[in-house]
Amino acid sequence: MTSITIDIAEKRFPAVGAAPAREIFRDFRLEVAAHEFLVLLGASGLGKTTLLNIVAGLDTRFRGSVRFGMPAPRIGYAFQSPRLLPWRTVLENVVLPLPSGPASQEAGRAMLEEVGLADLADAYPERLSLGQQRRVALARAFVIEPDVLLMDEPFVSLDEANATRLRELLRALLHRRAATVLFVTHDGNEAVALASRIVVLEGTPAQVARDVEVRLGLLERASPAKVEAFRHTAGLALAGRERTGTA
Amino acid sequence: MSTAFRLLLTAASLLALALVWQAGAWWIASPLLPGPGAVLAAMEREAASGALQDNIAITLARVAASFIIAMVVGSAVGIVLGQSRQLNEMFGPWLIVLLNMPALVIIILCYVWFGLTEVAAITAVAINKIPNVAVTMREGAAALSRDLDEMARVYRLPALKTLREVTLPQLVPFFTASARSGLALTWKIVLVVELLGRSNGVGFALQTAFQLFDVATVLAYALAFTVVVQLIEIALLQPWERWANRWRR
Repeated sequence: MTSITIDIAEKRFPAVGAAPAREIFRDFRLEVAAHEFLVLLGASGLGKTTLLNIVAGLDTRFRGSVRFGMPAPRIGYAFQSPRLLPWRTVLENVVLPLPSGPASQEAGRAMLEEVGLADLADAYPERLSLGQQRRVALARAFVIEPDVLLMDEPFVSLDEANATRLRELLRALLHRRAATVLFVTHDGNEAVALASRIVVLEGTPAQVARDVEVRLGLLERASPAKVEAFRHTAGLALAGRERTGTA
Repeated sequence: MSTAFRLLLTAASLLALALVWQAGAWWIASPLLPGPGAVLAAMEREAASGALQDNIAITLARVAASFIIAMVVGSAVGIVLGQSRQLNEMFGPWLIVLLNMPALVIIILCYVWFGLTEVAAITAVAINKIPNVAVTMREGAAALSRDLDEMARVYRLPALKTLREVTLPQLVPFFTASARSGLALTWKIVLVVELLGRSNGVGFALQTAFQLFDVATVLAYALAFTVVVQLIEIALLQPWERWANRWRR
């Protein structure tokens, strides 16, 4: 677990072909406390994924800095698509980030047990449903016992029941291994169901439009009416309407 | 269609070819077109003296050596060029030049520069094949998944592990394609190399038979070697391809 200090003086995408250059962030600053479950909420194309990639160290073409509260934190990243290796079995995919050896195999099997896929350990990913593939990606992110967990709309294109089950799984996993979470979504309800803090991004370059702490119990988060009420009082209703506009 | 039926069909087709051949040989009735029987007799004669097996073995060894060198060097060059735009722009044209260089020119140059040696022979064959492999592998390397590459970087996979787990499996279809066309090209060029500058191997045996106008022996070697290459395809390449593709739905 670690705090994260994100400081982006400037991030722009250069012009490509007919598309003009775009400024994504300017003088953007975000402090994430250790242990926080921070949901970044905003419409598509604002730069939420770019922000995660900058934190992950995948995108280094920006002016500014990302500092962690500890040296060399372990980072788990659940991408928008599962990004599994189709030519490796489920178990091989989960233990991929670990050094090879019997201890890793053991950890991988235990992890698969936790995400409920123990009997699919030797299957190849293409034979799995999308929901199962997302579970494998979650297992891979958690098997390294991450200090930072980055999640980029990891539950999109699942039906609501499946998405709810996966949110419960995520909560259970975090309960056992706490991590600082940066979770990107454009779904206001999902944000309230999971977050300890919601940051709403708006505009170009993206700015923090709202920064809300969420102090709800598990039961309240599970109730659609309570979630709706919270969104209303916290001024998050607008983000929800944007969702129906872009989805 | 069942496997047994397909095999039967193939056998019938080959038998028909043999019959047409036999009929032609009767019609022409000349030692310049021996029938299947005469060719089989020539094959038996060559096999009895051990020459057939020795020559095929030595040719296969040359094919294997130059094939492996060409695949390794060609793959390395292709992967590097496919991943770097600048390097490709700089060295891509060299590949085109090499690709269009006649095989015979490369063979002659190798023999002139390195002498009539085994190393010269194998180098000549490998150089002929390298640009083909490189061009095919370059296509594959240029189409590598950025998504998986990012995944490997986030999880800090060591370079060798990334190559083994992420990069090479994506290149398997390209590798198979160049291996298959490579094998066919390699053994044909090896025969030319042997004909020009070696004193053993199938190419040398063919040259000797050619000088004696011994068409039966020429066909005997051609037939025997074709069978061996087919066996390699069935016994090695196809099972490997099935194993490499076991994860596909």
